[in-house]
Amino acid sequence: MSVFINKDTKVIVQGITGSTALFHTKQMLEYGTKIVGGVTPGKGGTEVEGVPVFNTLSEAVKETGANASVIYVPAPFAADAILEAVDAELDLAICITEHIPVLDMVKVKRYMQGKKTRLVGPNCPGVITPDECKIGIMPGYIHTKGHVGVVSRSGTLTYEAVHQLTKAGIGQSTAVGIGGDPVNGTDFIDVLKAFNEDPETKAVIMIGEIGGTAEEEAAEWVKANMTKPVVGFIGGRTAPPGKRMGHAGAIISGGKGTADEKIRVMNECGIPVAETPSVMGETLINVLKEQGLLEECKTH
Amino acid sequence: MNIHEYQGKEVLRSYGVAVPNGKVAFSVEEAVEAAKELGTAVNVVKAQIHAGGRGKAGGVKVAKNLDEVRTYAEEILGKVLVTHQTGPEGKEVKRLLIEEGCDIKKEYYIGLVLDRATSQIVLMASEEGGTEIEEVAEKTPEKIFKEYIDPVTGLSAYQARRVAFNINIPKELVGQAVKFMMSLYTAFVEKDCSIAEINPLVVTGDGKVMALDAKLNFDSNALYRHKDILEYRDLEEEDEKEIEASKYDLSYIALDGNIGCMVNGAGLAMATMDIIKHYGGDPANFLDVGGGATAEKVTEAFKIILSDENVKGIFVNIFGGIMKCDVIATGVVEAAKQVSLSVPLVVRLEGTNVDAGKEILNQSGLDIVSADSMADGAQKIVSLVK
Repeated sequence: MSVFINKDTKVIVQGITGSTALFHTKQMLEYGTKIVGGVTPGKGGTEVEGVPVFNTLSEAVKETGANASVIYVPAPFAADAILEAVDAELDLAICITEHIPVLDMVKVKRYMQGKKTRLVGPNCPGVITPDECKIGIMPGYIHTKGHVGVVSRSGTLTYEAVHQLTKAGIGQSTAVGIGGDPVNGTDFIDVLKAFNEDPETKAVIMIGEIGGTAEEEAAEWVKANMTKPVVGFIGGRTAPPGKRMGHAGAIISGGKGTADEKIRVMNECGIPVAETPSVMGETLINVLKEQGLLEECKTH
Repeated sequence: MNIHEYQGKEVLRSYGVAVPNGKVAFSVEEAVEAAKELGTAVNVVKAQIHAGGRGKAGGVKVAKNLDEVRTYAEEILGKVLVTHQTGPEGKEVKRLLIEEGCDIKKEYYIGLVLDRATSQIVLMASEEGGTEIEEVAEKTPEKIFKEYIDPVTGLSAYQARRVAFNINIPKELVGQAVKFMMSLYTAFVEKDCSIAEINPLVVTGDGKVMALDAKLNFDSNALYRHKDILEYRDLEEEDEKEIEASKYDLSYIALDGNIGCMVNGAGLAMATMDIIKHYGGDPANFLDVGGGATAEKVTEAFKIILSDENVKGIFVNIFGGIMKCDVIATGVVEAAKQVSLSVPLVVRLEGTNVDAGKEILNQSGLDIVSADSMADGAQKIVSLVK
């Protein structure tokens, strides 16, 4: 078991003929992901990396039976690509694209209400269930199959956490990058819920950053509902207020969204927070030891 | 992206949002000329900088005749204003807004902003205008009224009406206030604003509802579809290195320390600043080279870091995903050659194409200290710049 994706997930690459998409399609195929098709309007009927290309997503889904997509479409057209994925009734759409105008996402989010599709991202590294399915841009080799769930607003910090776990002999059930934009599809609580229900996941690392109040809300949810240990990290402790730290969502404004406040609430809700990004793995391992879960989580 | 008050008012005027008549002036003569053309008995001379708190810092003066306009324009132009938003170094005033004075009966607050928790635009309003809205929110939260806006229907008239009555706009002026809010919302959505703040909105003695101040910010990700807004960009209000970085799609923010940082990914870049501080160092910048960086962009990033005279050492921290380590390594080597690097350089590489990247660095003959982890790298660079 795992969350959101597994070895049976059949994936379409939206925008497959772009250079980033091509590179990562190859990487995903090498990892063993079932990439069953791609979409680039006007390039239907061709093939890349042995994968058939279609003009429209609905045609691609009809021909291949895909249930998920990954979106590499450039920002001005990415919101439309997400709508196309929702229209095609996919279970899952993962949007890697960064710099999508936020008002585009406000509309997308409204359109998705009551619809079947789960959106992960935008501006995220994707989702990986080690040894089964990798959808996105994360380097596959740092992952090991196991029992720790990882959820993060930051791509590179997800890699950092996963790498620390793998080096310590702790595998991962699924790692989910929810993205650094202020409006996104799947939030911390959605992923925490899924990890809570997944029998393979024994513990969770949750990585947040400055801006907004998603971490605080997730911490309250953990306190009220989570039956598994959660540890955390918050990036941006030393970030100056009013400056956007790269991610559109990472900004301290009007005294809100500071790292200290998030860490305070997380601690109050029983979530130990790593002092530095280099001890995220260590912080989790200490908790696993305390709760007698370490042996179970070791990769055998 | 920020714009000046007078530019914001131009945008609002084009959407039918009521604003006072006014003209921009770049010199004292232009200021006097502008006041003559306005022909009003009282004019307001307002400093135009990208920061709030101008009034308290002496950047806004009421002139009762042309001589006073001249006196105040002379006084404010070229003055360095220090407000709570400029930092201690302040900002030099290079433009003035000369605006008709109006007879203010009461000040209100109206703002539009994205509410992240609901993924909707929220209209916020209060009858406590003129003060910082954060202050009102803290002391008297019951005086702030909010309406969440469905993007399908946009702001509805009943919502705007409810707000107008809630903040006690005189009932004969509610119609004007509703039109004001509806037009403001249209401007916000059509121009991809990230903030539209009218503080204060005023009701005047002659029965008008208008924006006395206007703060508009725009979503930088949407500027590609607003060439007209891009033309409002005032480069003199921005950090030179940040401007240079934006030419290469690099996300750079200048800080006060002496350790230059080059990182991929915003989260890791922030965490790198944090860990440098943790080990007793001080970052000179935040720099995310992004996912699509080429060797050329990496070279430029390096040059920008080094153009900061305070930089005594550089820490490159890369965890390649979409970014490939060999691309970073090529850029670093190229840059180090071009600028004949003279400060210590610590490099930590991990992720996509890591072996190829390390090979390029090893073969370069450059004096590079390599690090196994970000903690290791941070400790090394901190001790090297001490």
